[in-house]
Amino acid sequence: MSASLAAAAPASLPVTSERLKKKRTRHMKEQVIEALLFFAACVSVFTTVAILYILVSESLVFFEHVPLFDFLTDTQWTPLFADAHYGILPLLSGTLTVAGVGLLVAIPLGTIIAIYLSEFASTRVRETVKPFLELLEGIPTIVYGYFALLFVTPLLQMIFPELPGFNMLSAGLVIGVMIVPYISSVAEDAMRAVPMALREASYATGATRFQTAIKVVTPSAISGIAAAYILGVSRAVGETMVVAVAAGMQPKLTFDPTEGAGTITAYIVQVALGDLPHGEIGYQTIFAAGLVLVLLTLLFNILGYWLRRKFREAY
Amino acid sequence: MDNHSANLSRIRTVIRRAKRWDMIFGLTGLLAMMLCVLTLVALFAQMAIDGVPRLSWDFLTSFPSRRPGQAGILSAWVGTVLVMLVTVTAAVPFGVAAGVYLEEYARKNWVTDIIEINVTNLAGVPSIIYGLLALGIFVYGFGFGQSILSAGLTLALLILPVIIVSTREAIRAIPQAVREAAYACGCTTWQLVRDHIVPYSGAGILTGVIIGMARAIGETAPIITIGALTFIAFLPPAPFAGEPPAGLFDWLFAPFTVMPIQMFNWVSRPDPNFHYNAAAAGFILVFMTLAMNGLAIWLRYRLRRNIKW
Repeated sequence: MSASLAAAAPASLPVTSERLKKKRTRHMKEQVIEALLFFAACVSVFTTVAILYILVSESLVFFEHVPLFDFLTDTQWTPLFADAHYGILPLLSGTLTVAGVGLLVAIPLGTIIAIYLSEFASTRVRETVKPFLELLEGIPTIVYGYFALLFVTPLLQMIFPELPGFNMLSAGLVIGVMIVPYISSVAEDAMRAVPMALREASYATGATRFQTAIKVVTPSAISGIAAAYILGVSRAVGETMVVAVAAGMQPKLTFDPTEGAGTITAYIVQVALGDLPHGEIGYQTIFAAGLVLVLLTLLFNILGYWLRRKFREAY
Repeated sequence: MDNHSANLSRIRTVIRRAKRWDMIFGLTGLLAMMLCVLTLVALFAQMAIDGVPRLSWDFLTSFPSRRPGQAGILSAWVGTVLVMLVTVTAAVPFGVAAGVYLEEYARKNWVTDIIEINVTNLAGVPSIIYGLLALGIFVYGFGFGQSILSAGLTLALLILPVIIVSTREAIRAIPQAVREAAYACGCTTWQLVRDHIVPYSGAGILTGVIIGMARAIGETAPIITIGALTFIAFLPPAPFAGEPPAGLFDWLFAPFTVMPIQMFNWVSRPDPNFHYNAAAAGFILVFMTLAMNGLAIWLRYRLRRNIKW
C-alpha cells in the first residue's frame, strides 16, 4: 500500500493538470454546443429578417417604377396587361370581402362552440369533440378549395341562380367553416383558464349556466377570446388556395360577395403559375402585394396585442 | 299571504325564463357543432363518392396525362415523399435545438425575449409569404432553383415554430428534480440534455414533428410560389443513376410536383372528368393528414396516461 502511495505521489502533480485540462476542454465543448444551440434558436429571427428584407428590397425596386400614390389610389390592378395599372385597392377589397364573409361565419359559430364546450358540454363530449376539432385543423386547404368550387358553389347556385361560377361568397363561407376550429379551440382554452371560483360564486348567487357563461366567464376570458379572433382574422386574410380555386382571379374593386374577384394571395399564385422572368416588374408586383399582406396581418396582430393588454383580467 | 304567493310565482317565472335560456343556448351550441360537423361530413362524402372509383393501382403508378382517365399521381406522391424527407432533415434538428436552447440554456434577457416573440409571430405569418421568402432566398439568392431542395427548406421554415413550441412544452413537463439530480452528480448541461431531457421529452417532440409534417404535406401556396411545375411526367433521378458525375443527391435539384399541387391543377381545369381525379387525390391527401394528426393526438393522450414522474 505504501508502495502504491509512493508511486502515486510523484505523479500527483501532472495528474492535477491533466484534470484541469480535461475540465477546460469539457468547458469549451459546452460553450461550443451552447453556441450551436443558440444559432438554431436564432433561425427564427433570421427568417423574420429575411422575410422583411426580401419583401422590402424587391418592393423598393417596384416603387421606383410605380409611384406610391398610384399604388394606393389607382382603382385597377392589371400589371400583366399591355395597359398596366398598379392599384392595390381591387386586391384589398377582394381580400377584405372574402375575409369578412369568412369571419361572419366563423366568429359566431366559433364563439358559440367554445362557450358550449367549456360551460355546457359534459366532459365526455368535450374530450371527444376537442381532438376532432384538432383533426379538422390539419385538413389541407386545397381540399377546402375543391369543396368550395364543386360543392358549395353549385349548392348556392340552386338558391341564387344568377350567382357566377367563381364568387367570393362560397370562398368566404368555406374559409369560415375552415377557421371555426382555430377560433373555438383557442377561445375554449381561454375560457377553461378562468378559475372555477368565479363560476362557483356566480352559481351561488343563483345564476344559471347561460348567465354565468355570458356575464362571468366570457368577460373574464375576453383577452384570450380576442386573441382567438385575431388568429382567425390572420388566417382568413392570408388564406390562399380556397380563394385561388373558388373566387376567380379577376381583381375587381367591389365589396359585393356574389361577384368573383381576386385577392392578394390569389394574385401571387396566379403570377407564380405564369412563370414570370426573374427581375421584371411583373415579378416585383408579387413582392409589393406580399408586403401589403404582411402589413395587413401585422396591423391585426398589433390590434390584437393592444386589445389583450387593454382587457386583460387579473384574477 | 296573497302577496307572498304572488312573489313566489313571479320568482318562479324568472327562474323558468332563465332556465329556458339555458336550454336554448344548449341547443344552439349543439346545433352549431352539428352544422360544422355535417358540413365536413358532406365534404368527405362528396369527395369519397367522386374520388374513390378512380382509386386504383394504376392511379398510383401513372404519370399525369392530358386524358383524365389515364392520369395518375406517381410524380406527385414521389415528389411529396422527397420534399418531406428534406423538410424533416432540416426542420427537426433546428427545431429541437432551438427548443432545448430556449428551455435549458437561455437566460432571461432581451435576446431571449426577441427570439420568443419571433417564434410566436412567425406562426401567424401567412404561408404564401414563406413562398415569397423562398423565391427570393432559396430559388434566386442561393441558386437552388425550383427544386425539391428549395421546397423542402421552405416547408422546414414553415413548420419550425410548430416543432419549437411542442419541444418546449414537452421539456417543460419534465420535473425539476430530474435536472437537480443530474447536476448533483456533476453532469454538464449538455450531458443533462443529451442523456435525460431529450430522451424523456422524445415522444412529445415526436408528436409535434408529426403535426408539423401533416401540415407541411397539405401546404400548397408556398410551393406554388417557388415555382413547382404542375405537369411532370418523369421522376427525379435515382441516386447514382445516369452519367458518371451523377451523385447521391442529384434528386435534390430536380423539378418536382407534390400532391396538393397536382390536385390544384386538376381542380382548376374546366373538364369535369379531371375533377374526379382531383377528388381521388384529395381523398388520399386527407386520409394521410388525418392519419398523421390522429397518430399525434393518440400519442399525446397515451403519454399523458402513462407517465408517472
